[in-house]
Amino acid sequence: MVENRPWLTFLSHAVLIAGVIVVAFPLYVTFVASTHTLDDILSVPMPLLPGDRLWENYAQVLTAGTTKGVTSPVGRMMLNSLVMAVVIALGKIAISIIASFAIVYFRFRLRMFFFWMIFVTLMLPVEVRIIPTFKVVADLHMINSYVGLTVPLIASATATFLFRQFFLTVPDELAEAARVDGAGPMRFFRDVLLPLAGTSIAALFVIQFIYGWNQYLWPLLITTEESMYTSVIGIKRMIATGDALTEWNLVMATAMLALLPPALVVLLMQKWFVKGLVETEK
Amino acid sequence: MEKKVVFRSAWLPYALVAPQIAITLVFFFWPAAQALWYSFQLQDAFGLKTQFVGLQNFAALLRDSNYLQSFKVTAMFSALVAFSGIGISLLLAAMADRVLRGALVYRTLLIWPYAVASAVAGVLWLFLFAPSIGIVTYVLKRGGIHWDWLLQGDQAMLLVVIAATWKQISYNFLFFLAGLQSIPRSLIEAAAIDGAGPGRRFWTIVFPLLSPTTFFLLVVNIVYAFFDTFGVIDATTQGGPAGATQILVYKVYYDGVKAADLGGSSAQSVILMAIVIALTVVQFRYVERRVQY
Repeated sequence: MVENRPWLTFLSHAVLIAGVIVVAFPLYVTFVASTHTLDDILSVPMPLLPGDRLWENYAQVLTAGTTKGVTSPVGRMMLNSLVMAVVIALGKIAISIIASFAIVYFRFRLRMFFFWMIFVTLMLPVEVRIIPTFKVVADLHMINSYVGLTVPLIASATATFLFRQFFLTVPDELAEAARVDGAGPMRFFRDVLLPLAGTSIAALFVIQFIYGWNQYLWPLLITTEESMYTSVIGIKRMIATGDALTEWNLVMATAMLALLPPALVVLLMQKWFVKGLVETEK
Repeated sequence: MEKKVVFRSAWLPYALVAPQIAITLVFFFWPAAQALWYSFQLQDAFGLKTQFVGLQNFAALLRDSNYLQSFKVTAMFSALVAFSGIGISLLLAAMADRVLRGALVYRTLLIWPYAVASAVAGVLWLFLFAPSIGIVTYVLKRGGIHWDWLLQGDQAMLLVVIAATWKQISYNFLFFLAGLQSIPRSLIEAAAIDGAGPGRRFWTIVFPLLSPTTFFLLVVNIVYAFFDTFGVIDATTQGGPAGATQILVYKVYYDGVKAADLGGSSAQSVILMAIVIALTVVQFRYVERRVQY
């Protein structure tokens, strides 16, 4: 602080606290709604203090879903989300790290062509090639499968760049020493580069885990069976048209369950999250 | 930048890039090429016959008032999301930068919305603003404001802007905070000694020095509003009422999946790809150069 201005410090705290409250308000209301009966929520205005149905509501959605509409257990959907998040995160890291290793540590024909090919995928998000991508996946019989949910999303230009940047900063002496000692490229990769890349991998994992868990359009297109829904899709399918027909208490319990795992990942791995965010974007 | 020390192998590098290249070919390039191909085709109502129609699909789009409206809606939506998101985050980050004690606590309390899926963010705000049972609707009604975004386009737009901005604030906040903390203290102190107050210092020193970050975030937020807000729209307004919140990405999905208009939807995809390419070029060319100060 440059100078002491008590009123300005007070104002800063006031603005920040107001910001925190406004940002947290939807989450609080969601939590409160997930602890009441449907009748309580439908009575306007809904209560603003937690009710006593926390256990019943969460047990209901986890084991059986809602009573109307989606009748599959949300537990299964969370498992699907977890599979999707972990496979996408690990898959992206795995195929990107070996691709950038090849691009940085080898000279081979078409090297830059491959590099630009990966780069161009940045310009082709799922949203702009919805129908043809869906058709490809349908032709490969990947609808309603974990393979279909994950594999089309694991190509990653950002991860490839990140690892490429990182490998370029690794001193040449290390590769030289490895070669003098007679270590082959894969040995060097495994014993020298992988350990060095540890924090980058962790940071990337956090970002990609959230990315995978929160996927929406893709699972919406290729899951038609309730048993393959991810938790985010489950919520969307639970909302009926018209406020009164939706079992809001159960929807909100599901929303809490769908947002808690990635939120916890962000909060518990905050250091890596911030590092990953800043590095993948620049 | 190139490595001087390299390994030699006739086959290994190809094997290492193969998985990534295979996936990009099958799931990126092939579909993108198909989108381009379909965009020149017209399919009959039963999907049995297709014929090559050249640029007709594009011409039809540019004459279609719904499509032009979708362009306007998208421009409005992304401008609102980008400016409100950047404004609010800059305010919060500037305040957090002032308070030495507790800055980390505030950061922790502000970054978690990043982890919320856009569709879930939509549902959270949908519930608060639900026309008959929403708690905010109730408060607004007490204040004499009739709130029903199912009928009023402006209110529907406001709803999706709030939900989309809410989710993006944490991201902007982190980048602004990092940017603010990298500004040398000596500059601020020198200005303070010269008698510049906090407000003056902010606008004449801090804000100009932050401009690379601001510009970078502007591009990122526009990209976000264009493409990553599909979940927000689909979970709340589904483009309604009467197309008031139908952004381009949602229209591609709606026309292609719901209305099964392959040619028209593909032509829209091609136009969107052109927009992404333009934005990516801006991001990499212009932003990269300006970020280094």
